[in-house]
Amino acid sequence: MATTATVHAHAAPQGFIRKYIFSLDHKIIGIQYFFLALTAVWIGMFLSLLMRLHLIFPTASLPLIGEIKPEQYLSLLTMHGTIMVFFVLTTAPQGGFGNYFLPIQIGAPDMAFPVLNMLSFWTTFVAFVVLICAFFVQGGAPLHGWTGYPPLSAVQSAGPGEGLGADLWITSIAIFCIASLLGALNFLTTTLDMRAKGMTLMRMPLTCWSWFITAMLGLLAFGVLLSAGILLLLDRNLGTSFYVPLVVVNGQIMGHKGGSPLLWQHLFWFFGHPEVYIAILPGMGVTSQILSTFSRKPIFGYKAMVYAMLAIGFFGFMVWGHHMFMSGMSPYSAFAFSILTMCIGVPSAIKTFNWLGTMLKGRIRFKSPMLFAIGFVSLFVSGGLSGPFLAQPVLDIQLHDTYFVVGHFHLIMGVAAIFGMFAATYYWVPKMFGRMMNEFWGRIHFFITFIGTYAIFMPMHYLGIAGGTRRYSQYTEVAYLAKLQPIHVFMTYAAIITIAAQFIFVINLFWSIFKGPKASDNPWEATTLEWTTATPPPHDNFNGVTPVVHNGPYEYGVPGAARDYVMQTDPAISSAAAH
Amino acid sequence: MGLALLLVIWLITLVSTYFFAAKTWWLPAGASSAAGFIDGQFTLTLILMGIVFLAAQLALGYFAWRYRDRPSAAPAAYSHGNVKLEIIWTALTTILFVGLNLMGYPVWAANRWEPAKPGSVQVEVTGMQFAWYFRYPGPDGKYGATSPKLMDPSAGGEAAVGLNTSDPASKDDIVTGTMYLPVDREVDLTLRAVDVIHSFFVPSLRFKQDAVPGLMIHMHFTPTQIGEYEIACAELCGLGHYKMHGMVHIVSQDDFDKWMAAREAEKQ
Repeated sequence: MATTATVHAHAAPQGFIRKYIFSLDHKIIGIQYFFLALTAVWIGMFLSLLMRLHLIFPTASLPLIGEIKPEQYLSLLTMHGTIMVFFVLTTAPQGGFGNYFLPIQIGAPDMAFPVLNMLSFWTTFVAFVVLICAFFVQGGAPLHGWTGYPPLSAVQSAGPGEGLGADLWITSIAIFCIASLLGALNFLTTTLDMRAKGMTLMRMPLTCWSWFITAMLGLLAFGVLLSAGILLLLDRNLGTSFYVPLVVVNGQIMGHKGGSPLLWQHLFWFFGHPEVYIAILPGMGVTSQILSTFSRKPIFGYKAMVYAMLAIGFFGFMVWGHHMFMSGMSPYSAFAFSILTMCIGVPSAIKTFNWLGTMLKGRIRFKSPMLFAIGFVSLFVSGGLSGPFLAQPVLDIQLHDTYFVVGHFHLIMGVAAIFGMFAATYYWVPKMFGRMMNEFWGRIHFFITFIGTYAIFMPMHYLGIAGGTRRYSQYTEVAYLAKLQPIHVFMTYAAIITIAAQFIFVINLFWSIFKGPKASDNPWEATTLEWTTATPPPHDNFNGVTPVVHNGPYEYGVPGAARDYVMQTDPAISSAAAH
Repeated sequence: MGLALLLVIWLITLVSTYFFAAKTWWLPAGASSAAGFIDGQFTLTLILMGIVFLAAQLALGYFAWRYRDRPSAAPAAYSHGNVKLEIIWTALTTILFVGLNLMGYPVWAANRWEPAKPGSVQVEVTGMQFAWYFRYPGPDGKYGATSPKLMDPSAGGEAAVGLNTSDPASKDDIVTGTMYLPVDREVDLTLRAVDVIHSFFVPSLRFKQDAVPGLMIHMHFTPTQIGEYEIACAELCGLGHYKMHGMVHIVSQDDFDKWMAAREAEKQ
């Protein structure tokens, strides 16, 4: 291992451009990913604010923006989903925190392929720029939703935004896929080849396991989306018919013949369902890490946690059809997909059980990271338990494509994952930037965001049960929907307050990076390797020393130990105490 | 801080549960034979998931308060978990989730694995941006031919679905913009879409099925309550998705026959 590590060591760069722009250092690249995601999340959140305003004032003229038309609402919806899923939920937890902390937590000086790592980031950046351009071309951004079902997404005349805007959209996603494939290769190789002496797989922190499994999912899923996207581009521009049968749009016969709209759905969801786990697994990892650290207790059932994540990853590839129960797919396959979907609920339940078990009989310290980790567990439970409704085809008859689904996935893969990122930010910013974040404002931020999140997304379930269809720009044209409008009004006001509270976070973040109190090397009294090195870590992470690991990742409250935590590099605790 | 968390988590949990339990917003009254079963399965799922929801959230809040760090707190327990508990928990969850799922199959199988019975009412539903058309085969029981070349959405009616009027079977075909169905008779639907994917959703009938270009999807259901019910498109189909709206009138067999006769008379 040590020889592999020295091969990959590279000297610290001196110039500004090589140090901060085209850096090969995984730490700088991690920070680049983090700030890209932070930019993206503000754009995505702003789009959702416009959507929520349009939903309750459909004909209002907004300052600077004017009136939002129904097709523009759908563009906002498409771009909100695409930005959030790809450039926030995929980018920050894996590209950001994973990049920064995977090598340090396994005791490596850098990622296995530093140049590839730099390319991954800059390819992601290009993908983001291409996507944003879609807003500014003729016809605007596409209106086909982040799922882009053809023929709507494949026929240029099917709606405004389906021209150049849609081409940019799918091109951006294809570029993003390439970036993610490069990143996944790097994460897998690094985890397998670069671990320090003594860092066996079963001594890795659960964060490393989550990034490792996420990379496996990414490697298998993004290739499929890339192929699917190329076929869509061909259908759109070269007259092929992979996804489009003979269709008549606005009375005009299009030149396609014999394609299958369901083919796209199969390919898209073959990527799309694992993508859900790509978004949430790193959140699970960091939540496990933080719950253990701040409860001052070993994680409950470490092995069960690892196997549960592996099971989630494995089953994650066999459940895509549950997005398609109403699509016209064979009703027999719906049976298989729904049983497998229920199975994936089991490892998720195990994880929840173990998080509660970790807190049980602990001595919980309520710092901001811990608050967000507890918030993650709460949201994961709430979002997870609507899963067994949607996994039943017979209930999907009523719930599919309603706000029940929107509430479900926002709670679990949206805000639960975001809470994972908040927890990670409060937890690791001291290590990354050498300064502590403000605790008081961290708490205020937590409580407003936590209550606000529930106020936005819980009512969506009520709306869905009553038949509230999603992706409607307004509820004015259908009588039973118009009666549900008060729920929309409530959610919009909840969203405004919750979005306002995010200013607290971002001001706290930037103020702390520059002016916060200096952080010690191990401010949380944690056990994993990133807390053994300097704050912030030197260029090669461990100042020329290769750490040697003797202990598991979560040894808190070890009987007979000098202090209430034993670091991974401390002398091995006796095996009697370990069991 | 532990107490604040307990209060907030418990409050959120109880308020959320209240609105589910009070049915403030609920499934619309069911008007088809499948509604009773679907609603029962929904309620059963809600109760079981509700119990897990309450147990997990209340425990989370309680643990946060009970095990908060304070000078008088007991030292944290040193435990790496409990294999026996893990196995019990895994087994129980598997039985609960898979069992619940299997219970839902009778209605799914009856509606989707078996075709409609002979003698059911034939209706073809065609979705296009942004309207629904309904075609009845007429007394001959046969749909006339349609052709994409003849489709003219701006003309509406027969021309919108591209009915080939030179086909003898088309002579008695009725195309309408509102759906009429007799009560208590099985309906054999054929779903089509001409441009993009639409989804035929009638919440009161507990019916939803995508209409997909290139596919003819057969579905069947039995309305059981006379009344007027709204159709909402449930698959994003373009800028007018929000107003792709229609009505189903469930009427007595007599009224249905009269309505059909009047349409045939109009056509002649």
